[in-house]
Amino acid sequence: MSPQFLYTIEVMLNGLMAGVMYSLVALGFVLIFKASGIFNYAQGVMALFAAMTLVGIQNGQVPFAHLVNAVFGTNIHGFGWNLPALFAIILTLGVMILFAILVERLILKHLVNQEPIILFMATIGLAFFMEGFGDLMWGSDIKVLDVGIPSGGSLWLEDKTIGWAAEGSNYYGMYIDKLDIVATLVALLLVITLTLFSQYTKTGRALRAVADDHQAALSVGISLRRIWVIVWAISGFVALVAGIMWGAKSGVQFSLSLIALKALPVLILGGFTSIPGAIIGGLIIGVGEKLFEFTIGPLIGGATENWFAYVLALLFLVFRPQGLFGEKIIERV
Amino acid sequence: MFYRQAGDFKTTYRGDIQTFPLRQDRIAYYLMLAFAFLVVPFVINDYWASAVLIPFLILAIASLGLNILTGYCGLVSLGTGGFMAVGAYACYKLMTAFPDLNMMIVVLLAGFITAAVGLLFGIPSLRIKGFYLAVATLAAQFFLVWLFNKVPWFYNYSASGQINAPERTMLGFEVTGANAEPAVSYLFCLTILTVLALIARNLTRGRIGRSWMAIRDMDIAAEIIGVNPLKTKLSAFAVSSFYIGVAGALFFSVYLGAVEVGEVFGINQSFLILFMIIIGGLGSIFGSFAGAAFMVLMPVLLKNIMVGGLGWPTDIAAHIEFMVVGGLIVIFLIVEPHGLAQLWRVAKEKLLLWPFPH
Amino acid sequence: MGARAAAQSIDQGAELLRVDDISLSFGGVKALTDVSFDVLRGEVRAIIGPNGAGKSSMLNVINGFYHPQQGEVWFAGSQRRNPKPHNIAHQGIARTFQNIALFNGMSTLDNIMTGRFTHMKQNMLMQAFWRGPAEREEVQNREKVEEIIDFLEIQAIRKTPVGRLPYGLQKRVELGRALAAEPILLLLDEPMAGMNVEEKEDMSRFILDVKDEFGTTITLIEHDMGVVMDISDRVVVLDYGRKIGDGTPDEVRNDQAVIDAYLGVAHD
Repeated sequence: MSPQFLYTIEVMLNGLMAGVMYSLVALGFVLIFKASGIFNYAQGVMALFAAMTLVGIQNGQVPFAHLVNAVFGTNIHGFGWNLPALFAIILTLGVMILFAILVERLILKHLVNQEPIILFMATIGLAFFMEGFGDLMWGSDIKVLDVGIPSGGSLWLEDKTIGWAAEGSNYYGMYIDKLDIVATLVALLLVITLTLFSQYTKTGRALRAVADDHQAALSVGISLRRIWVIVWAISGFVALVAGIMWGAKSGVQFSLSLIALKALPVLILGGFTSIPGAIIGGLIIGVGEKLFEFTIGPLIGGATENWFAYVLALLFLVFRPQGLFGEKIIERV
Repeated sequence: MFYRQAGDFKTTYRGDIQTFPLRQDRIAYYLMLAFAFLVVPFVINDYWASAVLIPFLILAIASLGLNILTGYCGLVSLGTGGFMAVGAYACYKLMTAFPDLNMMIVVLLAGFITAAVGLLFGIPSLRIKGFYLAVATLAAQFFLVWLFNKVPWFYNYSASGQINAPERTMLGFEVTGANAEPAVSYLFCLTILTVLALIARNLTRGRIGRSWMAIRDMDIAAEIIGVNPLKTKLSAFAVSSFYIGVAGALFFSVYLGAVEVGEVFGINQSFLILFMIIIGGLGSIFGSFAGAAFMVLMPVLLKNIMVGGLGWPTDIAAHIEFMVVGGLIVIFLIVEPHGLAQLWRVAKEKLLLWPFPH
Repeated sequence: MGARAAAQSIDQGAELLRVDDISLSFGGVKALTDVSFDVLRGEVRAIIGPNGAGKSSMLNVINGFYHPQQGEVWFAGSQRRNPKPHNIAHQGIARTFQNIALFNGMSTLDNIMTGRFTHMKQNMLMQAFWRGPAEREEVQNREKVEEIIDFLEIQAIRKTPVGRLPYGLQKRVELGRALAAEPILLLLDEPMAGMNVEEKEDMSRFILDVKDEFGTTITLIEHDMGVVMDISDRVVVLDYGRKIGDGTPDEVRNDQAVIDAYLGVAHD
């Protein structure tokens, strides 16, 4: 095999791994969209916020330390402890559940029956609020997130593949980050859990009922407001997982919320209501943008990953608005 | 009692369809115009010009533009920053390629170029609606910013990758560059804003404006009374992009003087303008002004209180500003989806009846 | 000669619209099968039938929302080839909807003014300038609209946002918007649905007045048999997407197939 071919495969594999991340964020979007018809722009900021909170709790940071110091002239920073990762994750999950309850109480309850686009803009407002709130609470510096996930290149894979290239070529084996492999496994596990949850639990069935028809679900005694809290909490959990993976990979910083924006084109490809669609859409975007950058990128100045996903989505919208898996919509008059 | 409708009869339809049917409103409007043109230029100073007045005038143009698209025609765009960048770079290329060209013409041409780009990105709007379209406009946002970053021709191969506004004059006065007098820059922007606001008002009150609103409110019904959806949506995109392009050109040439595209015209700029029209009022000319004024003044005010008054670090002030802006958006959408313009309308209705409300 | 002018030149009582062998299906579900009928200039033509008979689909074919898989639509003497709804508006066909489709963000006046769209010609440049032609055109059309407002007796709600109006008035405003286009053929989709007796009487009167005063040809769908029999000249009966009866109200009333399928077999 030629090294060029092997590089291409490596790029594709890396793209798949990045795609898993996109899928993870897109999953959170799909959950909320199905249950409430809300296109939650804040999903990315939720991932950022979850990751910041996790780091903050784990490192024993005092929330709002900067503000408190500025107001009272004190000089507090940390509680001086380091919590075990698992414990910190559980506490963060608690924060995300609290967040879901607050979102329902303070926002969703008051916006029932509004047009989708109004709800969408409300979540943009929410995203801005949370961004400021998160920074105020934990500080805006770039944080290192370490919950003990192995990282660095997989030597085993490099050893295995080094001999694949033709004799005499400068090929040192495939480089794939162990973190990406873990992320893929976690994402897989998450999807399986969510599927089982929605198929086999009472709450899961209620969720699916609400997704199918709000009115009908109400009429059989399902509480919409409770369902909303639950989906926002689950989305918060998914955001936390996504935040941990992204954070462990490239540090907890603002760009995390922008990367999460890529979930939007993922959803246009995969459809807004399909969990498998979100996964496959994510993988296509991940592989597509890495391959595009690898092949066409050098010809046009690089950094095409910034827009490739959106332009692909735009083309889809023009030529196949129903996405990959959606059915053609017949408009009733 | 003092603000009243009684006795102000209209005997012609022409009188009934004017912008300010009430005589008192008309007088107030002319007084404000006179104040803005004849008094402010003589008392303006550098701080007020650069911190408040000039950004307000320019962003009001952008906000008028986005309001035409989103408020009147119902098409949500998250690409405003990208289109402002088109205006800015078109302006830069024209300024450097034709140094003798009148600045007013440069700005208008930049607007027309942006309108053409807007048309192009507006084409998908025929088939997609709502937040699908919003995502499509994100493509414009990210692609355009990348384009201006990566293609050196746009920034004339400068080493820094920035664009810098050379000194250009208008009627013998310097409008751009380091030596431009604040009063001159102010009047330049004010004139453009006034004319564009009048045009926006005229377009929105007649046949074209009604066809935009018809598409916004009920596109199927609009079609059966003869409105061509593609033509109508594209015309909204073109007009809106023209305004936004003009705003981008002024933002770069008159206000900032130097621009790094990702910082100035990034996605946050798009959101900022969107917030202006949500807070000001969707589908309202007055709302575009009110929203722009609010979003320009609020950070200045917050900064003055928190940094200047309380002595807090600027980053904390910035975080709180984000929270206030985001929170306000949510509150406005919940409490008053028609924004400040509606509050103003209600206040005026109350005032008409005051002090005998029955 | 444009289609609108052609339609205008057709004599009273001559054929204005004809549908021939129309079949329409949505992915296997047949909405209409081989339906043919004609509409004469100046008459009130009703389409009746039970729920799901394909009445609304028929209107949607006539005004261009649906394009039938088979069959021909002839308007004003020429065959139409898959036009868009907005082209059809320019040919002089207007309609109202079963579920009111008003522009909720606008006042009554603006809604009806929007109905004048096909009669307004000033381009964007003139509109931007306003003074002169654009303003003149606006005033001229406003006069037309005020005539309609007087005709429908809705002067008092002229500047009220339509979203705040009660149901019956909204229906009336929607009729006003359709009338503003000065249509040659007016399609009404259940104009009296959800109305009380009084409102129905008002609406019937308006429909007959429209026919008499403006000479407009009307095709309507209606459920209330009494109303249909009173105001229509001829009736088409659809059932399961097929035409099962066609004729004057008396003929249809006595047609056994119609009685069986739709009115129900008499029990006494």
